[in-house]
Amino acid sequence: MAQILSPLPGTFYRKPAPDKPPFKSEGDSVAVGDVIGLIEVMKNFVEVHADAAGKVAKFIADNEEPVMAGQPLVEVS
Amino acid sequence: MAFSRLLIANRGEIAVRIQRAARELGMTTIQVYSAADEDSLAVKMADKAINIGPPHAAKSYLNIAAILEAAETTGAEAIHPGYGFLSENADFAEAVEAAGLVFVGPTASTIRTMGDKAAARAAAEKAGVPVVPGSAGRVADFAQARAAAAEIGYPVMIKASAGGGGRGIRVVESAEGLEAAFDQAGAEAKAAFGDSGLYLEKFIARARHVEVQVLGDGRDAIHCYERECSLQRRRQKVWEEAPALALKPNVREALCACAVRLAKSVAYRGAGTLEFLYDDATERFYFIEMNTRIQVEHPVTEMATGVDLVREMLRVAAGAPLAYTQSAIRLRGHAIEARINAEDPAQNFRPSPGTVSDYRAPGGAGTRFDTLLYQGYQVPPFYDSLIGKLIVWDETREAALARMRRALTELIVEGIATTAPLHQELVEDEAVRAGAFHTRWLEDWLSSRQRRAAS
Repeated sequence: MAQILSPLPGTFYRKPAPDKPPFKSEGDSVAVGDVIGLIEVMKNFVEVHADAAGKVAKFIADNEEPVMAGQPLVEVS
Repeated sequence: MAFSRLLIANRGEIAVRIQRAARELGMTTIQVYSAADEDSLAVKMADKAINIGPPHAAKSYLNIAAILEAAETTGAEAIHPGYGFLSENADFAEAVEAAGLVFVGPTASTIRTMGDKAAARAAAEKAGVPVVPGSAGRVADFAQARAAAAEIGYPVMIKASAGGGGRGIRVVESAEGLEAAFDQAGAEAKAAFGDSGLYLEKFIARARHVEVQVLGDGRDAIHCYERECSLQRRRQKVWEEAPALALKPNVREALCACAVRLAKSVAYRGAGTLEFLYDDATERFYFIEMNTRIQVEHPVTEMATGVDLVREMLRVAAGAPLAYTQSAIRLRGHAIEARINAEDPAQNFRPSPGTVSDYRAPGGAGTRFDTLLYQGYQVPPFYDSLIGKLIVWDETREAALARMRRALTELIVEGIATTAPLHQELVEDEAVRAGAFHTRWLEDWLSSRQRRAAS
């Protein structure tokens, strides 16, 4: 079990745009480097890349949730 | 419609700025805030403060229902929207008026016409104001965008209809890049303004950004001359001046007169800005958009004309006629504003939220610092990176540059990175000192500086 952490403080988004499907859903497979979400920090959108491979076990942070740097976003098994 | 209890539906330095004007008029200030802004300077300074929701702007500063509820709870009689957020949202202006409150700004119908950039272009064309070639209003979908781009000719600029502050804007060099840029701009516009509408314009590479400040009371309108905001990065203004540098007196008169004509044609009420591109070579100007609100860089106009624009907005919102006739507005000297952002110019402007461990504001003659900072303040990551505006005025531009150089040495912000070092470089730069720049100059300068650093 590995956790993908937020690289920055800000707002977490699971989708590339409000009317698009999420980058990853629970059960999806993840490769190192895959985009799993966006962090909005001071109106800049920064991609969050997976640093572990496996399957998405669960999202710990919700869409549009405020997050701190280092906060776990996703659990990968 | 006189009022004495003003709610400020914004945050940061502009909330502080509005409170100051309101207090000078004897008003009670009511500050709304998100959970992330409980310790903000605006909240500390206000007579009353009320929490309107979580940090995410869509749930607080963009939440019309929560703001109106706060107004009712606190007995507010008027709402100043500041800039960004709901300031150019006609539905908000309408909802405020429907709740029996005064909206400090133009009417909802003026915002619809002039605040929607595509509709504003049409209004400008009708008033005989020259515009940049572009799409006929909003493009409904990507297919329309592609057709419009082909007709205008590349490079084109995609812009958010509801936009401002450089959000939702993309320059596209050729047809291949259009779809990705169209999607990104739409998403950014939706996130920033709650409206994904886009339009297209021909991209003019070497132009100056010149904008005219107007004031209206719904009956009469005047101008307070113009500003130049050519130093931009990613369409975000970085450094602004008043007056503009390259205008001959006859061009200045024509530009300002045409702005007033347009303002009068819509019976404009409040402070507004008409933005133009200006081409040095041809001495021609093209209307690009109108911002129906107070702008970030309004202080340079205040310094160069002596007019308190925010106070005047509040006065006319309360039903008073304009305090000035056109002939009473005089330009004197030169003003410069440097935007201080919580970004690291040495790390490609990486956002730098965090705790301000040490802080000292610049001061002295002809020097003004509009800011949200205080020592120990934690700059939140959820909002714009603007943390202060350093404004200087002096009799000549050369003296103003010397004053800016001096004031920058006094500014201390520790604990977070800021763009102050960038301004220290700019103030020494020969092209900046000569005023020889255009809207892409700063980006070119930054990339050549990066190359120099790498080699």
